[in-house]
Amino acid sequence: MQEILEILEILEKNGRASVEEIALMLDKTVDEVQAMIKKLEEDNVIVGYNTLINWDKSNKETVVALIEVRVTPQRGRGFDQVAERIYRYPQVKACYLMSGGFDLTVIVEGKTMKEVALFVAEKLAPLESVVSTSTHFVLKRYKDEGVIFEENNKDDREALIL
Amino acid sequence: MNLSGMIKPSVKNMPPSGIRKYFDLLNEMKDAISLGIGEPDFVTPWSIREAGIYSLERGHTHYSSNAGFVELRRQIAKYVKRKYDVEYDAEKGVIVTVGASEGIDLALRALVGPGDEVIIPEPSFVAYKGCTTFTGATPVAIELKAEDEFRLKPEQLESALTPRTKVVILPFPNNPTGAIMTADDLQKIVDVVKDRELVVISDEIYAELTYGKKHVSFASFPEVKDKTILINGFSKAFAMTGWRIGYACADPVLIEAMNKIHQYAIMCSPTTAQYAASEAISNGDDEVDAMVREYNRRRRVMVDGFRKAGLDCFEPRGAFYVFPCIRSTGLSSDEFCERLLKEEKVLTVPGSAFGDCGEGFIRATYANSHENIVEAMKRINRFVRSLK
Ligand SMILES: Cc1ncc(COP(=O)(O)O)c(C=O)c1O
Repeated sequence: MQEILEILEILEKNGRASVEEIALMLDKTVDEVQAMIKKLEEDNVIVGYNTLINWDKSNKETVVALIEVRVTPQRGRGFDQVAERIYRYPQVKACYLMSGGFDLTVIVEGKTMKEVALFVAEKLAPLESVVSTSTHFVLKRYKDEGVIFEENNKDDREALIL
Repeated sequence: MNLSGMIKPSVKNMPPSGIRKYFDLLNEMKDAISLGIGEPDFVTPWSIREAGIYSLERGHTHYSSNAGFVELRRQIAKYVKRKYDVEYDAEKGVIVTVGASEGIDLALRALVGPGDEVIIPEPSFVAYKGCTTFTGATPVAIELKAEDEFRLKPEQLESALTPRTKVVILPFPNNPTGAIMTADDLQKIVDVVKDRELVVISDEIYAELTYGKKHVSFASFPEVKDKTILINGFSKAFAMTGWRIGYACADPVLIEAMNKIHQYAIMCSPTTAQYAASEAISNGDDEVDAMVREYNRRRRVMVDGFRKAGLDCFEPRGAFYVFPCIRSTGLSSDEFCERLLKEEKVLTVPGSAFGDCGEGFIRATYANSHENIVEAMKRINRFVRSLK
């Protein structure tokens, strides 16, 4: 059990860690680790291996908005059906059901503000069960997925002699 | 005027550190990987840094009481009870020091002088011998052996004891070997010292950094609690080396004596560090656990790397050092480290820096990033093979 959590901890920080490396780190055989990872993938505990990109530093133009959506839940299906109608759009990068003053957080990515605004106006807002939307554009990402984007990792320690 | 003639002999005759030259070489190199410095590569967890900053914002910039804020001493007493099951009087049995280093120095200065002997198991942290020598007392080394997994054997201690023995230093978990002492190992030491007139300085600064076995404090044996000074600190477990904060716990008679020296030499430990330490000790467990898990993974990678390079490597169970034997290469530890640094740009420290019996071994720390360790082990492998 402890190993499973450790495998997840290692892969969460470094999706490129190899099975051999993980086996060494946890004092397990390669076959054991391979089997555990396979099971985690099959069970959808590990759902993907993405790369965290600071798009601001690339030459791709992107804007990201966080949209608060209030919806009327549907009989028998709750929020799941309307959520699905929303998260199926490829522009939607993330979608969460929320407690509190609104129901869904929808994170939408587009090339321009106008594109995102149009997506909200033309696709999201008109959905039957959507009561209201409120769009907040992201101006700067300081930290994502636990990683600080502008961290200075240079080792400038002075040598201590003893 | 002949200034150097003014320096007293115990200071003047102290040889310069054997590892200075490595650091001088290192400073001139690019892309070198240092497995040399015995400190966590982690930055102090943010909540602890934040507590220090907040104390400054609130204007807490004054002295504390000499022995440290009483609130911090209470937290330390509680922590030591919770972790190691030893009870101390927070007001009279705890002193907050400038690192464990100061605690070691205070204890020795309060206890020994010319004519007294201090037993120091080696290889071990260099300050024990240095501080002992400055007091005028005589350091008496015990050679810990690889075949004993670098544990202190009761027979060894027994035969090193003389009527002049006043202090025994217990350096576990050990820097540089990574050895630990189990409850059984310690019980045998307890049996040797319990009826003798001596004080045990147990340096347990690496207590939180053990792998697989929970640390047992020497002070937790009731037969020897009154003659034990427990030294600990925040540097290693909480990644707080630069804050310079530690503590000692002991019988009030001993703490009072140590506090006398502390009050004249130091006044009190830095206040900002005391506030930060207070946060660390009350809310830092999760952060420590995460660092320990990470160290443990790196430890396995490093031990495996040395073994794959063909070096005998005792499995360290504590601290963050690996201490492989390099005799099979035919080089002395000094030659090995110097050539490894020059040829492959990896800094390690010769075992001989930690006592004569460390000759034939080198110390490498895994308090470095996983990537750096993997790369360093690759270079070490290449280096060892090139010697064949
Ligand atoms: C065994 C041992 N004791 C004490 C210390 C000193 O620690 P501090 O930073 O608390 O003075 C060190 C540091 O390297 C050490 O290895």
